[in-house]
Amino acid sequence: MTQQPQQSPGGDQPEAALQARAAALRDALIEQHLIDQRQLEATQALVDKDLSPANGARVVARAWVDAAFKQRLLADATQAARELGIEGIEGHQMVAVENTEATHNVIVCTQCSCTAWPLLGLPPDWYKSPPYRARVVREARVLLAEMGLQVPDAVEIRVWDTSGETRYLVLPARPAGAEALTEQQLAALVTRESMIGVALAKVPPTD
Amino acid sequence: MDGAHDLGGKTGFGAAVVAPHEPVFHEPWEATAWALNILAIGSLRAYKADSYRHAVERMEAAWYLRARYYERMLTAVATLLVERGLVSRDDIERRARGRIPLAEPVAALPVLQTQDTVATQARFAPGDAVRVIARSTPGHTRCPAYARGRGGVVRRVYPLAHYPELRAHSNVKRREHSYAVEFQARELWADGEPNQSVWVDLFESYLDRP
Repeated sequence: MTQQPQQSPGGDQPEAALQARAAALRDALIEQHLIDQRQLEATQALVDKDLSPANGARVVARAWVDAAFKQRLLADATQAARELGIEGIEGHQMVAVENTEATHNVIVCTQCSCTAWPLLGLPPDWYKSPPYRARVVREARVLLAEMGLQVPDAVEIRVWDTSGETRYLVLPARPAGAEALTEQQLAALVTRESMIGVALAKVPPTD
Repeated sequence: MDGAHDLGGKTGFGAAVVAPHEPVFHEPWEATAWALNILAIGSLRAYKADSYRHAVERMEAAWYLRARYYERMLTAVATLLVERGLVSRDDIERRARGRIPLAEPVAALPVLQTQDTVATQARFAPGDAVRVIARSTPGHTRCPAYARGRGGVVRRVYPLAHYPELRAHSNVKRREHSYAVEFQARELWADGEPNQSVWVDLFESYLDRP
C-alpha cells in the first residue's frame, strides 16, 4: 500500500479537487491533440437522446401495443431497439425480460454498474450504490419493499446480475386502465425504475 | 481479485434510496470524467473497458467504498492514462495544483495463454446442471465471489464474447460463450430468500459439470 490510511483519498473530497483533477486530465489530452473540445461535447451530448430512458420507454410502449414487436423484443432486444432507431454504447447485446403474474424481474450489476445505456440511460445513484448491489441478490423482496414495491410471496423474483456482456431491460406489465391511451401516452407511464424492476409502470391518470 | 467492489451478498449496508428527478450528472466534472473515459476507450484506444473495470477495482478498498461512482471513474481514467504513458502524473498534478491519487498497481499474474483462441462450440446447453469453479485470481474476473463453487442450471446461451480475464490484462484474445445460469438464492446463502433466483451471466471458463 502506497498511501497511509489517514491520507487515504477520496469519498469526502471537495468538489473543487475533483473538478481540478478532471480538468487536468482533459487539458493534458487536449494540449497533446489526443482529443479536442468538439469531441468532448459531442460525447457528452449522447446522454440527451442516444443514451436515455426515454428510448426504453418507447420500446416498452411499443411492446404493449404491438404483440409481434413484443415477440421480436423478447427474442432479440438489440435488433428490436434498432427498429426504432435506438442503438449505442453498451447496447450491442441487449436482452429484454418480461414481468408476468408468476415472475418479477430485477436487474443489478454487483461488481460495477453495467447498464443498457441506450434503453435505460446512464444508471442512477441508487443503482450504483453498495447497498443496492450488495443486497438485491440476497434479499430482493425485502429490499424492493423498502424501495416501495411489494412483490407477493407467491411471485418468483428473478434477479439478473449483469456480470458479462449482456445488458438487460425489464419489460414491465402494462398497467390496468391504460386501454384508451395512445402509444405516446403509454410511454409516459414507463419510468427508468420500472425498466430496472424496482417499481411498476405508473398507473394512468383517471380524469 | 477478491476486492471491495465484488459486493453481491455482502451484509452491513443500509438502504438504497431513490432520489426523484436525479440529474444524469450532478456536476460538470462528472460529465467530463465520463466523456474522457468513453473517448479513451473508443477513439484513443488507450485501454479496453475490461482494463477500466479492473482499474476501478484496484482502488484501495476503503476508498472504493466511500467514493462516489464518478470519483471512481475519474480515478481509473487517471490511473490508466498515467500507466499507459498518455499523460504524466507530474504534469496532471501540476495542472490540478494538488495530488491526484491513483489506484494500486496491477498484481503479478500467471500467464493464461499466449495465443488467440476461440471456443466456437458452446460446451453447455439450456437445462444443463453446472457448477462454478472455486478459483480466485489476483487479477480481473467477472465471476462474482458469491457464485464460486455453487451449483446452478444453464438457462440461456449467449453469443461469443471476449474473455475478460485476458482482455483486462493482455492483448491475447480468447472468445467463448457465456451463459445465463440460474441459482436459487437459498443455494447461495443459507438465509437467502425463498422463491428468489439469481441469474448470473457467466463465461464458459467459469463453469464445470457438477
